[in-house]
Amino acid sequence: MNKENKEIISTVLLVFLPIILFFASFLMGRYPISPVDVVKTILSPILPQLYVSSTVSTIVWQIRLPRILAALLVGASLSMAGTAFQGIFKNPLVSSDLLGVSNGAGFGAALAILFSGSSVIIQIFAFIFGIISVSITYLISKAYKAGGILILVLSGVAISAFFNSLISAIKFIADPEDKLPEIVYWLMGSLASVTMDEIIMIIIPLFIGFLVLYLLRWQMNILAMGDEEAQSLGLNPSRIRLIIIAACTLLTSAAVSISGIIGWIGMIIPHMARMIVGPDNKILLPASLSLGASFLLLIDNISRVVISIEIPIGILTAIIGVPIFLYLLRRGYSEWS
Amino acid sequence: MVLDVKNISFSYDDELIFENISFSIGKGDVLCILGPNGTGKTTLIKCLNRIHDIDSGEILVEGKNIKDLSFAQISRHIGYIPQSHIPTFPFSVFDVVLMGRAPYLNLTETPKKEDEEIALNALKTLGIEDLKDKDYTNLSGGERQLVFLARILCQQPDILILDEPTSHLDFGNQIKLLEIIDNLAKSGLSIIMSSHFPDHAFLSSTKVAIMKDKSFIDFGKPDDVVTEENLKKAYSIDVKLIKIDDNRKVCVPLKTNLKLGDI
Repeated sequence: MNKENKEIISTVLLVFLPIILFFASFLMGRYPISPVDVVKTILSPILPQLYVSSTVSTIVWQIRLPRILAALLVGASLSMAGTAFQGIFKNPLVSSDLLGVSNGAGFGAALAILFSGSSVIIQIFAFIFGIISVSITYLISKAYKAGGILILVLSGVAISAFFNSLISAIKFIADPEDKLPEIVYWLMGSLASVTMDEIIMIIIPLFIGFLVLYLLRWQMNILAMGDEEAQSLGLNPSRIRLIIIAACTLLTSAAVSISGIIGWIGMIIPHMARMIVGPDNKILLPASLSLGASFLLLIDNISRVVISIEIPIGILTAIIGVPIFLYLLRRGYSEWS
Repeated sequence: MVLDVKNISFSYDDELIFENISFSIGKGDVLCILGPNGTGKTTLIKCLNRIHDIDSGEILVEGKNIKDLSFAQISRHIGYIPQSHIPTFPFSVFDVVLMGRAPYLNLTETPKKEDEEIALNALKTLGIEDLKDKDYTNLSGGERQLVFLARILCQQPDILILDEPTSHLDFGNQIKLLEIIDNLAKSGLSIIMSSHFPDHAFLSSTKVAIMKDKSFIDFGKPDDVVTEENLKKAYSIDVKLIKIDDNRKVCVPLKTNLKLGDI
């Protein structure tokens, strides 16, 4: 297959895969709905004569649509953030968990569950603590004169561990009858209870995050050449990196705040996308977005259809993600030395 | 003068790296900086395009103080190839060369048709068009050096700063690269490079500096500066200068009869 054909095929695939999965996902679930009924119900707000029944309407609009949208948005956010992080830190083992975002957000959510339980407060706390943890990581790295990427990554690891132990502390004091299971379940990651209101709440932060990363897509390539070369090409590497970290944090915190912690997506999707379209972020970022959205939606469908008890999606992404990651490594990642 | 360096000094974490360095270069000059390992040639070079900020003195680029220029403004005057490059992602050669257009684009802009033409021309100038679609990570040392040269040509600067451009090249490619540098200088570019080979100073340079003990011990024309006496001072070994045909000089380091144990 020549290069141009390959490009056309991968473009078509990446554009249509999430769209096809989006419609197919309405058919998945305990209550069987025919494709015709799904299409009719989706069109019914415009054409009321197509209305099927209130049961079908409730399932499509209030149960399946929010969940499908959540899977697409969370998958896209975590994957784009992972791609950007891997690019600017020049490291394949990096994902949005790196700078403490996930554990910080997890702590925020655990705290909110402990004291309140309202989903809006959980979301706000997860979001705020995600941002706080990255800020601490960043400030610590700035406090060392040598600075640089390594210090930033190491302080991220430390801050992650710190928030992880705070999470354990909260689990320890949480009421084992009701609060503890809720915290544990939230930390495992799930899209089962996402509502339309929650999705609306994260639309703006996600849009800002996507937009910033997309606008900086070409400059991200230059940053991957190393800071000194980037500076000699007229960029201000630390400033651009800060903007990209901020955008990734926004994406990750917003995603985590509705879904809980879903690992591995941000790690494996960038690798898969890079194998399909190459390392140029101009194409790679949109490709990761599409691939990540499709992947999480697919896994969420598996989680609610294939097995009779619903498994938290965070567990499934790890079970499926780890072998894929190892396979990708085996495929010969010549560029990572 | 294209670049005026006046009495600059630089310390890294309170350790003085160099001081009292002054020189200037004009259009078409090739300055070769010689000196033993660890004298701070690389640090000096990084001060010239403000990767490091000097502690005192001033650097004037086309008469403008470098401290008053933004990174983008500096990058339109000065192109830079570091001594070593650690590749991460297998970008295509064309994409790497195209990065040379960054100084002329806004933070959120991507290269346009004109930029792509300039990149293509840079590849043509160096005769490496056929590498265009290859991954730059899979090239030989010589090819990769040409790709980086194409990138700085694409940057359209007045000054090229090359940190030991020949250090990863084989015997033949070293000479070819020096000839390319010579040609670029004749087309009006000013070039500053560091080197470990005093011979290189005779091959393409119009000016030579010898750096030792935190400063220049000599600066001037190759014939005046690259002498047996200066080379002995710089490298602490005896060196013989030999004239070969067409008046070209070569430097031959003499054996020191070193024995293990008395190093």
